[in-house]
Amino acid sequence: MAHDPELIHRLERKANELRRDVIRMTCAAGSGHPGGSLGAADLIAALYFHVLRVDPENPRWPGRDRFVLSKGHACPILYAALAHRGFFPRAELDTLRQTGSILQGHPDMLKTPGLDTTSGSLGNGLAVGLGMALSGRLEGAGFRVYVMLGDGDCQEGCTWEAAMKAGHERLTNLIAIFDYNRSQVDGRTWDIVDLEPVAEKWRAFNWAVREINGHDVADVLDAFGWAKGVSGRPALILAHTIKGKGVSFMVDDPVTWHGKAPSREQAERALGELEREVTG
Amino acid sequence: MTSAPRKRLRTAFGEALLDLAEEFLEMVVLDADISKSLRTVDFAQAFPSRHFDFGAAEQEMMAAAAGFATTGKIPLACTYAVFASMRTCEQVRTFIAYPQLNVKVIASHGGLEVGWDGPTHQGIEDLAIMRAIPNMVVVAPADAVAVPALLRAALEHDGPLYFRMGRNPVPTIYDEGEAFILGEAVALRQGTDVTLVAAGAMVVHALAAAEILEQDGVDARVLDMHTIKPIDGAALVSAARETGAIVTVEDHNIVGGLGGAVAEYLGEHCPVPLMRIGLQDTFGESGDPTELFAKYGMSPDDIAEAAERAVARK
Repeated sequence: MAHDPELIHRLERKANELRRDVIRMTCAAGSGHPGGSLGAADLIAALYFHVLRVDPENPRWPGRDRFVLSKGHACPILYAALAHRGFFPRAELDTLRQTGSILQGHPDMLKTPGLDTTSGSLGNGLAVGLGMALSGRLEGAGFRVYVMLGDGDCQEGCTWEAAMKAGHERLTNLIAIFDYNRSQVDGRTWDIVDLEPVAEKWRAFNWAVREINGHDVADVLDAFGWAKGVSGRPALILAHTIKGKGVSFMVDDPVTWHGKAPSREQAERALGELEREVTG
Repeated sequence: MTSAPRKRLRTAFGEALLDLAEEFLEMVVLDADISKSLRTVDFAQAFPSRHFDFGAAEQEMMAAAAGFATTGKIPLACTYAVFASMRTCEQVRTFIAYPQLNVKVIASHGGLEVGWDGPTHQGIEDLAIMRAIPNMVVVAPADAVAVPALLRAALEHDGPLYFRMGRNPVPTIYDEGEAFILGEAVALRQGTDVTLVAAGAMVVHALAAAEILEQDGVDARVLDMHTIKPIDGAALVSAARETGAIVTVEDHNIVGGLGGAVAEYLGEHCPVPLMRIGLQDTFGESGDPTELFAKYGMSPDDIAEAAERAVARK
C-alpha cells in the first residue's frame, strides 16, 4: 500500500527526535535503558504520531486506544513520545528517574500522564492488555489495545498464557508488536534461549503474524493497517529491529547498551550521529 | 455452638455475587479453572458475559484483572489462597497494589482447614504476604453471614483488597443483617481477664475456648478481627489495657499473619503478654481438619491453655 511520502518523512524525523531525547534523558539520569529504547523508536513514532487514537487533553478518555509497553524498561522512548505528543511538558524529560520525577525508572501509571498501565516486570503486559481488550469487547467499545513485547517478555511464561487465551477468544481488538532485536541482558538470544521459530509459535497459538523490518516506516505503517483488518484472531506484528538503532557504537555492542547510560562524551557522539542522519 | 447451622463461606460468596451483580454493574468475575470450587458457577450462568475463565493460568488472570480495572471494571479475581498469594504475588503487588487499582483478590482454601488436599493447597502464608504489600486491605470473614456483608464493604472500598475464606462448612455465629465495617473488629464476647483475637474459621474455635476458660473462672473477651489490615488498633489497645493479656488465633502460620499484625501493633502501643495460636512455623499435612487442628495445636483446648499461660505472665 502506498503511503503519503510526507507522512513517512514526518514519522522518520519524529523517530529521530525521540532518539535524541532518549540519549539526552539517559545521560542526564545516569542510568536507564537506551538500547531497547532506540530500537523501538520507529514503531513508537508510528504509534503515537499516526496510529493511536489518543487525546493529550483527555488522557483518560474512555474511548481511547490503549498502549501497553510490556518491555517497560524502554520507557525513555515512550516518555519522549508522550511529551512530544503533548501529554506533559518536554522539560520533564530531563528529570527521568530522579527523586520526585513524574518519570519513574519503569512506567508508573499514577505519576505519568498518558500511561495506560504500570509496567516493567517482563511477561505481564500481554495479559494486562488482554484484560483491557476483553473489557472493551464486553462494552462494545471501539478501542484497540496495542501491546509492545520484547525478547525477555517472550521468554516469560505468562506471555504465552495470554497468547493462548487471546487466540482462544479470537480477539480482534488486541494487537501485539514484538520488538524483536534478539538481544537481552546476558547476551544474544541464540546463546541463551533462542526464540526461533518465532512466527510459527504465534501462529500455533492462533494469532495472525506479519514479519517486517521494524525500522522501515512504510513497512511499519503497512503492518498496522494489516493488523487492524485481521478478522477472527489477534494479530502480531513481528518487527525485526536492531538494539541501539541510530547510534553506531550501541548497534555494535547491543548487550552492553541494554541498561547502561551514555557518558557526556558518548552522548555527544551519539547526538552528532543522530543529527547527521537528518541533515545528511 | 455445636448445634448452630454450618455453611461454607464460598457457598455464601457464590450466592452474594448474584445480589451484588445487580448493584455493582461494573463487577466482573475472573476464574482460573476453579469456578466450581469458588462457587462462581451460578454467577457465570446468570451473567455469562461478565464471567471470564482463564483456565489454569493464575498469573495471566491476575494481570488481566489489572487490565480490566484500568477500564473502570471491578474485577473479582478468584483462586485458592496459595495461588493468589504466591503464584500471582508479583502481579498483585506490581500491577494492582502499586498503581492502586480496584481489584478484589478472592481467595478460598485458606489454612490448614483445607485438610485432605494437603499442604500444596493449604494457604498458610497468604495473610503475611498480603499484609506486607502496601495499599492492600486484608479481610477474613468468620461465617456465612459475614461473607456477603464484608464482600459488599469490599466492593464499596475503592482499591486493592484481599478477601480470604476457608474450605469447609463453618458454624454460623452472626445474626442475619449484622453490620460490618472494614477496619472495625467485632466484640463477640466481653471479658476482663484475657482477650482472644481471632479471624476467619478460627473465630468459632476462640468462642469455644472462651467457654472452656469460663469453666476455669477465666473471663475471656473474644474479638473477631475480620480486617487484618488495616488492623483495629483501638480495639487492640482497649483489650490490652482492660484485660492485660492477648491470644491471637488464626488458621495460618504464626509468623506474619494476624499474630504478627497484633504483636507489631501492641508492641508499639501497649505491650502485654501475648501468645500466638496457629501453625508453629511448620507446614501441615493431609487429614481431617478437626484432627489436624488438634495435632497442630490449634484446637479450643490449645487456645484455652495458651490463654492461661498468657494470664499467668500478667
